Amino acid sequence: MASVIEIKDLVKDYRLGDVPVHVLKSISFEIERGDFVSIMGPSGSGKSTLMYILGCLDKATSGVYMLDGISVGNLNRDQLAEIRNKKIGFVFQQFNLLARTSAAENVELPLMYTDTSARERHERARKALLAVGLADREEYQPSQLSGGQQQRVAIARSLVNDPSIILADEPTGALDSRTGVEIMAIFQRLNREEGITMIVATHDPDVAAYSNRSIHFIDGKLRLDERLAQPRQARKDLEQLPAERPEEIVSS
Amino acid sequence: MKKIVASIKIALRALKVNRLRSALTMLGIIIGVAAVIAMVGVGAGATKRIQEQIQSIGSNLIIVLPGSITSNGVRLGSGAVATLTQDDAKAIAAECPSVALTAPTVRGAVQVVYGINNWATNAQGVTPDYMTIRDYTLLYGQFFTTQDVDAAAKTAVLGETVAQNLFGDSDPTGQAVIIKNVPFTVAGVLTPKGQSPAGQDQDDVILLPISTATQKVLGANKANAKAVGSLMVQAISPQAMDQALQEIEALLRERHRILPGLDDDFTIRNLTEVFEAQESSAQVMSILLGAIASVSLIVGGIGIMNIMLVSVTERTREIGLRQAVGAKMRDILSQFLVEAVTLSLLGGIIGIVVGLTSSLLISHFAQWSTEVSLLSILLAFVFSALVGVFFGYYPARKAAFLDPIEALRYE
Repeated sequence: MASVIEIKDLVKDYRLGDVPVHVLKSISFEIERGDFVSIMGPSGSGKSTLMYILGCLDKATSGVYMLDGISVGNLNRDQLAEIRNKKIGFVFQQFNLLARTSAAENVELPLMYTDTSARERHERARKALLAVGLADREEYQPSQLSGGQQQRVAIARSLVNDPSIILADEPTGALDSRTGVEIMAIFQRLNREEGITMIVATHDPDVAAYSNRSIHFIDGKLRLDERLAQPRQARKDLEQLPAERPEEIVSS
Repeated sequence: MKKIVASIKIALRALKVNRLRSALTMLGIIIGVAAVIAMVGVGAGATKRIQEQIQSIGSNLIIVLPGSITSNGVRLGSGAVATLTQDDAKAIAAECPSVALTAPTVRGAVQVVYGINNWATNAQGVTPDYMTIRDYTLLYGQFFTTQDVDAAAKTAVLGETVAQNLFGDSDPTGQAVIIKNVPFTVAGVLTPKGQSPAGQDQDDVILLPISTATQKVLGANKANAKAVGSLMVQAISPQAMDQALQEIEALLRERHRILPGLDDDFTIRNLTEVFEAQESSAQVMSILLGAIASVSLIVGGIGIMNIMLVSVTERTREIGLRQAVGAKMRDILSQFLVEAVTLSLLGGIIGIVVGLTSSLLISHFAQWSTEVSLLSILLAFVFSALVGVFFGYYPARKAAFLDPIEALRYE
């Protein structure tokens, strides 16, 4: 399988006053198209910085980053925005939905920065919401949705542009464990059925257990890169887990 | 175009989220625009009224008044001695090349009687040229002629106020009125002129042939039967005014045998100049009012800038998210710029309505004439849009230059 991400000798330095801080110390790895990768490490390990660089929100100090055959290091701000818009879907720990804006409009947001017509935007947003099982919640606002539902809206938003990769930074961090597993089940399904490359950053080994490959960072260095022989299946785990509460708790 | 409509929709939604805040921010612009429109309207109205009054007086007018003379070391006031005569009037008309017409006038208070009605008014003895000089037209009948003046005919032309008080709305032509026990036939009624720049009712007057007036009504001056109260002179053109003034002065000094170095025994006034001074002071006034009102528009703009800065800070995470999902710098810039301009334009439109309403109220209740021009409305509209762009640009730029990572992390 071809690599969707190729990283070579990636270095990221910050400057805190006069003291340079080496956050990433010459990292190299590749991620194959269609893989499901977890990036693990304690806070301060450089995991978040790597996610920002992979997500084209930040640039490396030196080294090579090829995304889908494009060398990202040479692009300017607006070109990076274009890449984020076309190739990458983001899922955040805090969902980052626009308040007082319906689920459908939240999902449409990335399409607002393309030439998509209003009709097609709406159509694609509906499809994306359907894919995360929220077809009946289109007009709900984030405040009317549970945490898990909000995160599913966020996943729909990351899907709507048909991205090559989805980057999820602690996607289950703000959710209870069962809802977390539900989210992982969606990720696994999208990975298998849609062939979307998933990259999930987490500090939780239980979450990493659902990935095919786990990359561990400590202190800005790659410490462990293991392929999981037998990734856990979120669907199956959900069947085992007792339903602690009714599926939907919706305020109002 | 579609994109602009979409951004305006987004902007309106964002403004709706903080209704009260948006309304208060707009209030600054509303007050500013309304103040500009109302104040400029008041100023323009005043200017227009003065212009109309100048028109009503007549154009290129010079008035010659009998001046003060010194008698045994006592200086007597203007008009105290009748130094001007009908012959002076004729001489000015004949000998001054810059003068078109000259009309001698005498005046006095009279009681006019018609049937059981009577009315106190001002009688003026004039010649037919007076009508031309003062730009009079007739509502009814006709003016008396030079023959009437020569024959001292007992004929009178009434001002509209007088006609109204004696005859009501009916045409009085041919009726007889009695002035100082002398019966006069009404020859006509003047078209109303309204107030003079000095605030007098120009229609409360009765015009008689100057000969009849001096001989039968007002009584002749004992010293000089041909003395007149004043001379109305019309110059041939606005440019000839100064020339005419000089010619009249030279001629009258010669005719009155005033030695060089002694004071004139008459006063010459350029009426147009007096009123033009009033007009330009009204214009200065309206510019001043407009300028003061513009200050409030600028204050309103600063209010918009302030609120937009708050809004950018509040929505830092939103900006970060939009950047993360692919918003380019100009997308963010235009989003916030459109929001600011929407605020200011909305305020501008409401302000125009408020300004129009208040200028109507001012003219209704304060009895000031106001004059709101389309230009001032257009200007206010454009200016409020510019205020939005100008004061919205900095916050919008600040938003566009946010670092996406820091914006996303912002608490």
